Amino acid sequence: MFKLWTTIVKDFRILLRDKVGISLMFVMPIILVVVVTSIQNSTFNLVNKNKLSVLICNTDTGQASMQLIKSINKIGMFKVSLVPNYKTEKLMGDAMHNQDAMLGVIIPSNFTIQVDAKSKSTAGKALKSFGLDGDTVKKVGDVDPLTMYYNPILQESLRLSVQGGIRSALQLVESRETLRSLYFSINEKPLPEQLENEMLNNNTAINEIPVSKDGTRATPNATQHNVPAWTIFAMFFVIMSLGGSIVREKVSGSFIRLKTLPTNYWVGIISKQITYLCVTLLQAAVIFSMGIWLFPYIGLPALNLPSDVLALFIVTLVCGWCAVSYSICVGVFADTQEQANGFGAVSIVILSSIGGLMVPSFAMQGFAKSAANFSPMHWCLQSYYSLFLEGGNLRDVVNNIILLLIITAVLQLVIFWGLKRKNLI
Amino acid sequence: MAVTAPLAIDIENMGFHYPGNADVSFSGLNLKVAKGERFGLFGPNGAGKTTLISLMTGLLTADSGQVKLLGHEMGKQNNSSTNKLFGFVPQDFSFYQELSPVENLEFFGAWAGLSKQAIKRRTDELLTILGLQEVRNKQVQKFSGGMKRRVNLAIGVIHNPEIIFLDEPTVGVDVQTGHAIVNYLHELNNNGATLIYTSHQLSEAEELCHQVALIDGGKIIAQDSLTKLLKTHGQESLEHLFLNLTGKDYRN
Repeated sequence: MFKLWTTIVKDFRILLRDKVGISLMFVMPIILVVVVTSIQNSTFNLVNKNKLSVLICNTDTGQASMQLIKSINKIGMFKVSLVPNYKTEKLMGDAMHNQDAMLGVIIPSNFTIQVDAKSKSTAGKALKSFGLDGDTVKKVGDVDPLTMYYNPILQESLRLSVQGGIRSALQLVESRETLRSLYFSINEKPLPEQLENEMLNNNTAINEIPVSKDGTRATPNATQHNVPAWTIFAMFFVIMSLGGSIVREKVSGSFIRLKTLPTNYWVGIISKQITYLCVTLLQAAVIFSMGIWLFPYIGLPALNLPSDVLALFIVTLVCGWCAVSYSICVGVFADTQEQANGFGAVSIVILSSIGGLMVPSFAMQGFAKSAANFSPMHWCLQSYYSLFLEGGNLRDVVNNIILLLIITAVLQLVIFWGLKRKNLI
Repeated sequence: MAVTAPLAIDIENMGFHYPGNADVSFSGLNLKVAKGERFGLFGPNGAGKTTLISLMTGLLTADSGQVKLLGHEMGKQNNSSTNKLFGFVPQDFSFYQELSPVENLEFFGAWAGLSKQAIKRRTDELLTILGLQEVRNKQVQKFSGGMKRRVNLAIGVIHNPEIIFLDEPTVGVDVQTGHAIVNYLHELNNNGATLIYTSHQLSEAEELCHQVALIDGGKIIAQDSLTKLLKTHGQESLEHLFLNLTGKDYRN
């Protein structure tokens, strides 16, 4: 035990004197967590709180286009500005650029006439199918399309949602006109406003409820998503210090001397595991603490810790051990510090990408989705998400923990094989 | 040469070659070094000195024959029992430059199997003898080459080994440090330690060693007391003897 303790003390001393290593392991991930969470939080706000700015050039003078603008306004996700003069793509593009608008819509000049004709035709068809006499059904063409210009930075998902919103406003206008025509044809008087509102506006409400295992109803936010994900990234980033430290020891004469002493090098490997496991736990503690106490001060949502703190500790411990084992594995096989750092950094980015840290794994398809299962970061993230977002407890993450332990055991075997193969033990 | 005293090193009929590299290999090598000897192992670059020391310290394992240290066969027994017998002072600075001399000695002392009290006692002794007391708590990376050499030596002898392998222990140091190191090696030898020494500084070797072996091409080409070898080959110094037996061509 004395040998192990002395080795741990030695490793801690070297670590604490490695200012660059400490910056890489603590400062960089902290900056990463704050920056990424801030950016994602802005995106969340853009979608959820801020309204998208839309310029509408209405070249029509009738009622239908006015109703369409009113309906678009009612959707709630747009800040509408009317720009009557910007009728061409060039003018609209310049106006969008000058006014920071994401969208520009041009309503065609004969919109009302065409909507009116289409609704009368539809109403006539309906009356005929009911067996009632109506106006002669005239064959009419489609309404000229609305033109929607958009800023290319608008993501496709958001663009589709915008399109859906405008389409529903358009549908409402056309339905209203059809309903009015139909009512007038039957009753020969205009549709009463109250009835019209009841028929068209009485939408059934949709209750949105986040699913959780512990019954809490906390709405997930950028912090709850990002803090656990980037904590995992930080843990695996110990490779930049640990992988290099093993290579340094191997290539320096100290390793030759260690081999001539009556102590097995496994003591050194176990010491490094304990030392860096403490580092990963400290990283998690620092990043979680920042999420809880610092984030609210910089305008970000505070991190809510899971109710099962024991499960959180166990998951963090196992994730940390897996990260440390991976780092040692790379250090054992790398021949130079450049190899360890280069391969280490690139492999961590790849593992985090396929593991769902950068793109949610549910959004992945085919090979990428299968590859996620081979990234230990994926199982770390699933465990954290279960605890942080779904209100899960130890029982909910036990399968993920077992998988992580299996991956760690395989890495330990590879380390042993590597040390034997390179005649290091 | 017949060695009748108890043997510190006994190599019998040893064979070794690096896989895929036939440049340095030993075949049927025999070498005996008596206990308490100051033994110098010399040869040109690539002659096999480092390989031979690696085989004697267990860093490499012989393909055939046997290598015994104080009667214990290297590579056949538990490393922890044979590795206690010797200390190794490599040519490279084989310690942690980020640590102080005390911290290095604490760590390597523990790995050498010493207790906490023994480490403290030996650390104080060694730092005093080697003139490092004043810098005992400073990081070694800020030391001069001579101070680093002394730290290197202190670590190699912290556990009072019976055999000490010294690979160029004074290379790159000033005259004063070189002199102090050689004096300390004499002191260790007087206290019973066997010294196995390699160096290219032959004048220093003449001062330190009374038994020498010249090695070239994986073979021991001469071995005896320095006085006898000089007399037999009609040379006036180890340097002349060395050039006479190994030639004047460049070695890689």
